[in-house]
Amino acid sequence: MFQVPTIADLNLGLTLPALSLALGACVLLLLDLFVPRERKEITAWLAMAGIAVSFVLNLAGFNESGTAFLGTFAADQFTGFLNIVILITAFLGVLLSLDYLKRAKIERGEYYVLLLLSAAGMMFMSSANDLIVVFIALELLSIPLYIMATFRAPDLKSEESGMKYFILGAFAGAFFVYGAALVYGATGTTNLPEIFAAVNGIIAAGGSQMFLLLMGTGLILVGLGFKVAVVPFHMWTPDVYEGAPTPVTAFMSVGAKAGGFAGLLRIMVVALPVFVLKDGQTAAAWQQTFWLVAAATLILGNIVAIAQTNVKRMLAYSSIAHAGYIMMAVAAAGTAGVANEATRAALLYLMAYMFTNLGAFGIALAIEKDDGSDTGVDNFIGLAKSKPALAAMMTVFMLSLTGIPLTGGFVGKWFVFKSALDAGLVPLAIIGVLTSVISAFYYVRIIVNMYLKDGEGDPAAGATRYVNWAIYVAFAGTLLMGIFPWIATNLSDTVVLAVEMFVR
Amino acid sequence: MSVDIEVYIALSAILFILGAMGVLVRRNAILVFMSVELMLNAANLALVAFSRLWGGAEGHLFVFFVMTVAAAEVAVGLALIVAIFRSKQSIDIDELHQMEG
Amino acid sequence: MAVLNEWAFIGVFFAVAWVFPFAPIFLARLVAPRKPNPIKQSTYECGVETVGDTWVQFKVQYYIYGLIFLVFDVEMIFLFPWAVAYRELDFFAFAAGFLFIFLLADALIYAWRKDALEWV
Repeated sequence: MFQVPTIADLNLGLTLPALSLALGACVLLLLDLFVPRERKEITAWLAMAGIAVSFVLNLAGFNESGTAFLGTFAADQFTGFLNIVILITAFLGVLLSLDYLKRAKIERGEYYVLLLLSAAGMMFMSSANDLIVVFIALELLSIPLYIMATFRAPDLKSEESGMKYFILGAFAGAFFVYGAALVYGATGTTNLPEIFAAVNGIIAAGGSQMFLLLMGTGLILVGLGFKVAVVPFHMWTPDVYEGAPTPVTAFMSVGAKAGGFAGLLRIMVVALPVFVLKDGQTAAAWQQTFWLVAAATLILGNIVAIAQTNVKRMLAYSSIAHAGYIMMAVAAAGTAGVANEATRAALLYLMAYMFTNLGAFGIALAIEKDDGSDTGVDNFIGLAKSKPALAAMMTVFMLSLTGIPLTGGFVGKWFVFKSALDAGLVPLAIIGVLTSVISAFYYVRIIVNMYLKDGEGDPAAGATRYVNWAIYVAFAGTLLMGIFPWIATNLSDTVVLAVEMFVR
Repeated sequence: MSVDIEVYIALSAILFILGAMGVLVRRNAILVFMSVELMLNAANLALVAFSRLWGGAEGHLFVFFVMTVAAAEVAVGLALIVAIFRSKQSIDIDELHQMEG
Repeated sequence: MAVLNEWAFIGVFFAVAWVFPFAPIFLARLVAPRKPNPIKQSTYECGVETVGDTWVQFKVQYYIYGLIFLVFDVEMIFLFPWAVAYRELDFFAFAAGFLFIFLLADALIYAWRKDALEWV
């Protein structure tokens, strides 16, 4: 009855990228104790070294796939691709933080440890193959973020940001656990492929198990929807993004989304793609709900963003809107046969969004004053004169967020819209295109402020060496993805999450 | 004598809804945390009941993880409350409105 | 005794548990002499009356200590199944338990070095 696993059963080789980062964070916690207070950049460099090691291990094992830890941990190309996104985010996050923490006088070694732990949580999420692992990864990625958001304490805004994020994050976590409990109750297993195998029997039997599964799926959507900030679970986003230190905002706006969507895709596409309410339907039962959520997110995020005067708040609503585009791909994954294509579209969108958004936050960080003020949209006035290079790069980031060709954002949107059309979600694709046009309004306003309005240019005192490096990397990534999209698409071509032949 | 599974699930659903309402209605940060704990423990009850129903160990295992993660969460939350109380002398979450819009 | 099954024993214990502490108190009331005077009735017959309001806030000096205890206390839950199944475990599973303990020690060393275990 009780089998003791041996080390060979665990298949540790496949888990090395995520495991090395988590262990690296634990070691860094100890090493940091011996780093003198005024030389905390050593900790940052060690953290970057840890990320680099994990990145190399991830690339080395990119084409291997299989399960580890007794089937609870899956390593495949989906994992590999998302790990690339997560590790680049973490790397740029450290680069953006280096000088910022010094300027804000909040430099502490624990910051980098927390960042590594959060990134490790995201990586576990991208390879979670079991509801328990999804839950642990969700909390591992969230709890460090609560602390990082409060890192500017006793600054009231930062404390408020951390508190709101914490309360709503814990609330969402509870929803997720209850949803997972109900799914377990319906299927008798927490393992995602085994849930997939059990779903057909439940549909045939119907009755209370069906009800449990439906409720569980809904509650899981609520829990993860809070994490990725889709309407109607988005209320916390603007306040948290505005109050948190800017590099933390940059890191969590990409990382938490990557992690949340990884979990959502894993659960919906691996475990519940054949979950239909009536026999003979081709689309999963959850597709309709996801459709509505995506549409509401797109409309609300893009329209409310127009009214914002603070660039961090504006980017917060913009991030809600982009969650809507990714949600569109997740909804498309509910149609049999499109699931893998839609998964790839979501991954490509995440990668494009990662480069563009980190770059935009990097420039917002550059014009910010030491006390965290002056992040208004008006502070961009005259930037083209004082810092032409920054203004030019900001222009590219804004165009990429809008989705103009030759930028990464266009490539991401192209694949997402295509998958939505292939899945037959034509109205959703139309809403997506229309809201993209609306989004141009607030993105272009920043370009207008930089180039066409007269005024004293901001000196952009925050554009120090490492911040510039991070912005250059983000800029190069945005353009590379826009001009040579096949680099990214080739990486994602082997991503297969759903079993192609659905048995209904 | 055994109690039907439905009774456990009904109890856990009631506890969960009470907790969720507590989070939405309560204004004191500590009471909000207690409500979140109630929600998590409602899920734990459901997990144990289902685990008994299916005769598997996954439910029990999940409960272990939920309990430890909840403790870690509370530790972070209480530290946040202490930090906020030091600067505001209040833990009423309605008084957290530096940012609006 | 066929009449008393194992559950009835618990009922008897329960009744005795209530009777045992209350009986002396009740008997003392009946038997003891009563001669009250103001000094006997004061709140602290031997001691000092409090000055001012007793409902004042005082600093909790060990809250970090408390938080650390909270986390470590609950982590012990993972060691219980490990300890119960100890005899059936092979060397690897035994080592895995130790890895977990090392992770806890990692956090403990951190807390120690940060003076979180001191009375501040």
